[in-house]
Amino acid sequence: MELIGGLAVQGVQMALVLLLAPGLTGLVRTFKARLLRRRGPPVLQPYRDLARLLRKEVVLAENASWLFRVAPYLIFAATWVAAALVPTFASGLLFSWTADLIVIVALLASARFFLALAGMDVGTGFGGIGASREMMISSLAEPAMLLIIFTIALVAGSTRLATVSAYLASDEVGLRVSLGLALIALVIVAIAENARVPVDNPATHLELTMVHEAMVLEYSGRHLAMIELAASLKLLLFVALIASVFLPFGLADAGSEPLAWLQGLALFVAKLVAAAALLALFETSIAKMRVFRVPQFLGAALMLGLLGTLLLFVSRSL
Amino acid sequence: MTTGLVLLATALLLATAALAVARAGHERIHDIVYGASLALMTAILVLALVALLAGGDSALRLPLGLPWIGARFRIDALSAFFLALLGAGGAFASLYGLGYGRHETAPERVLPFYPLFLAGMTLVLLADDAFTFLLAWEVMSLASWALVLTQHRVADNRQAGYVYLAMASAGTVALLLAFGLLAGATGAYGFAEIREATPTPLTATLVLLLALFGAGSKAGLVPLHVWLPLAHPAAPSHVSALMSGVMTKVAIYGFLRLVLDLLGEPPWWAALVVLFMGGATAVIGILMALMQRDLKRLLAYSTIENVGVVFVGIGLALAFQASGMAAAAALALTAALFHALNHMLFKSLLFMGAGAVLTATGTADMERLGGLIHRLPVTSVVVLVGAVAIAALPPFNGFASEWLLFQAILQSPELADWGLKVMVPAVGAMLALAAALAAACFVKAYGITFLGRPRSPAATDAVEVDRLSLAAMAGLAALCLLAGILPGLIIDALAPVTTALLGQTMPVQRSLPWLTIVPIAESRSSYNGLLVCLFILVSGWLAALAIHRFASRRLRRGPAWGCGFAEPVAAGQYSGASFAQPIQRVLGPLLLRSAETVDMPRPGELRPARHTLRQEDIFWDRLYAPLAGLVENLAGRLNVLQFLTIRRYLSLVFAALVLLLLALAIWS
Repeated sequence: MELIGGLAVQGVQMALVLLLAPGLTGLVRTFKARLLRRRGPPVLQPYRDLARLLRKEVVLAENASWLFRVAPYLIFAATWVAAALVPTFASGLLFSWTADLIVIVALLASARFFLALAGMDVGTGFGGIGASREMMISSLAEPAMLLIIFTIALVAGSTRLATVSAYLASDEVGLRVSLGLALIALVIVAIAENARVPVDNPATHLELTMVHEAMVLEYSGRHLAMIELAASLKLLLFVALIASVFLPFGLADAGSEPLAWLQGLALFVAKLVAAAALLALFETSIAKMRVFRVPQFLGAALMLGLLGTLLLFVSRSL
Repeated sequence: MTTGLVLLATALLLATAALAVARAGHERIHDIVYGASLALMTAILVLALVALLAGGDSALRLPLGLPWIGARFRIDALSAFFLALLGAGGAFASLYGLGYGRHETAPERVLPFYPLFLAGMTLVLLADDAFTFLLAWEVMSLASWALVLTQHRVADNRQAGYVYLAMASAGTVALLLAFGLLAGATGAYGFAEIREATPTPLTATLVLLLALFGAGSKAGLVPLHVWLPLAHPAAPSHVSALMSGVMTKVAIYGFLRLVLDLLGEPPWWAALVVLFMGGATAVIGILMALMQRDLKRLLAYSTIENVGVVFVGIGLALAFQASGMAAAAALALTAALFHALNHMLFKSLLFMGAGAVLTATGTADMERLGGLIHRLPVTSVVVLVGAVAIAALPPFNGFASEWLLFQAILQSPELADWGLKVMVPAVGAMLALAAALAAACFVKAYGITFLGRPRSPAATDAVEVDRLSLAAMAGLAALCLLAGILPGLIIDALAPVTTALLGQTMPVQRSLPWLTIVPIAESRSSYNGLLVCLFILVSGWLAALAIHRFASRRLRRGPAWGCGFAEPVAAGQYSGASFAQPIQRVLGPLLLRSAETVDMPRPGELRPARHTLRQEDIFWDRLYAPLAGLVENLAGRLNVLQFLTIRRYLSLVFAALVLLLLALAIWS
């Protein structure tokens, strides 16, 4: 019985992230449009886009290989598995022990590895430029992310997200300098990883300024739908990650009553809306950087992460 | 018993080498040499696995070598693990050689030295006294040197061989001195006697530094790495696989044997030095790898990175041991050994893949390759597995060992020493940077070589290589996946090694449900590669199935989008150099002292625009070139001594004798 309940919660979580992810993307777009005094597309537009893309045929470049056709599914699967392991409305999920924070980040790295390869498969200049820049950004964002994980893990004494959020929800944590540094660094990394302004512009249509969009330029139809969905899932994952580590209140326990789940769910949706509003506000108030300014932006995250870790090596109470 | 059998296998390897000399012209000699090597290395693998899992030492003393010592051999847990690694690497390389070696242009330059090289490495691992160890070490070095010079007509290879010989000799001298210091005035050369003695702090310090130089130069630690990216790619590809995959591990064995086993208590700052060298090696190695345009050189530089990762693990083990944290030390050492095994698996695979590319196209220059995924269907799949594994991505094996290493780093705030407390987070950052750069490096290596459109006629007309080579690569790829999804089994197999060296093991993983690995405690961290792999496969498959069933499965081929240009030329693709350019621009000025200059002609000028990238190998230019200059200068000055008269020579000899006697008189 317990197993079935656990499986059910895990299943709900998997379906939930999948269902909410395009909504989050749509919400950010709507907020951004409103901030620019435009009406903007409806919040549900990403769902319609996905449905339309899924129905369309795929136009494949003549020399695209099997890797190009398999990659969208792999990217989607790795991102989905990673997103399903982050606590959203309930923590301590059935499979939460299969992967800790480091594994979740590495799963995203796997997705990026295949996306970059897919970008290079057709052999156009755009795919190459996107892949090359993406790997440059990730080669700084990933170490920063690992140092953030070190900071969090040293505070909580665990790299398992369920343990981390349970510990940080308890009263014994208090205000920590290192966690503050980690939060700033994590926000910077999240912005870079999700290809948002100022690192990349998800709405751009000028090839030379694109990073993420340049890599997926050759994709169409269902393949593009998979990649768009994976990108939305990744955004949701980072919001859920920040929420479960830094705002862990309201998380239901896996074994608790369905009512607690509903409460957790409502709170999670509220957190998503707040995050979307903040992201839109941030994106409209800042201009996109030149590509070679990005390393300084990410270098700041790297240094903040290192500082947070160092502080904890000096004293466990910082 | 086991030692005797492994020695017998080694003797047969030597006999194979002799046969290859005696029957050099025989038409089937190639099959015989590689077939025999394959059988013997498989036998060594099986024997070593039995020795490792069944436990127990087995020693043997043969009346060879120095008359008053004899040659002593012994297999304990440490040597059994490395013998298993060597057996597996050697067996796969021999299988590959059965197919690949047929294309060899100068078989008489490879066949005798190949089994000799394997025998030398086996003897290093078996040796139980300093004399046998050094002799075997030299056999290993010289045999591999001969293999590096297979294509001796290429000037670069001769240069590589010369540098390798110089560095290998220097390394052996360092080891000779280290053993001399350990043996003391009485000349107790047996490892058992050395282990008994307690060296003075000064001796321990010197031995540690000499071991770091001797074993580190063979393994490729920065700044002793300069020979490695020259020599490893120059050899035939299956030998490159052995040199990178196995010989660097034998060097790591030498370091572990000297420092953790024979030396007893290493000085407290040992961990600091090893950690720093490991971290720096990892970052500089992978950054240099990213800048290469030759596929085999890229792989050789990436070997340097992985050696750095292993040394970080060893350094952590030393640090924990010095602080009395035995469980954490066992975790760090297990991670280091696991990574050594993983590196043997994927680096052998990748070098063999590079060999396949070389056979298929005749070049390893990535800027002349591309689009091979269409021409080499099997090679492209197995090399992709190797690339994902070496980029430390789940669910493959490279990730499992790096994950363990990160878990070990998270144990380190409890360290006592302040120097280490500051050093470890910095090394953690370096390790994370190296892992991220490794992903970028192998996106470049795979993307430029196998994806895109062919950049030369050779790449357009490539044909798949023979089946035996493919079988060897497929076997290694399967092992990369298996070690990645079943890491618990390997951690358990490593328990005897950590018990022998540190007196502590990691918790037993075998009994955990679903083959999860839990390095310290369930509440701290856990990872299950098997389930993660299954989840990815099932969800990807479900997504594909659902979409093909309920949405659309139509597909149309069309030209790629080239901004309106109908037929984009292959040269218009991103090249390897342009792929690496952003990272080179971010990290290069700091770590590689690279500088870019753009010469843009003004409107109306007729000269072409020019972009030059200058990249310095700091270690070569700042360290080795002055050193070589100094030696040459000294040699020039001493040259006068060659042209003296007999009277002057006699007076020189006399003066030397007087000086020596004087020194002796003052000494005592």
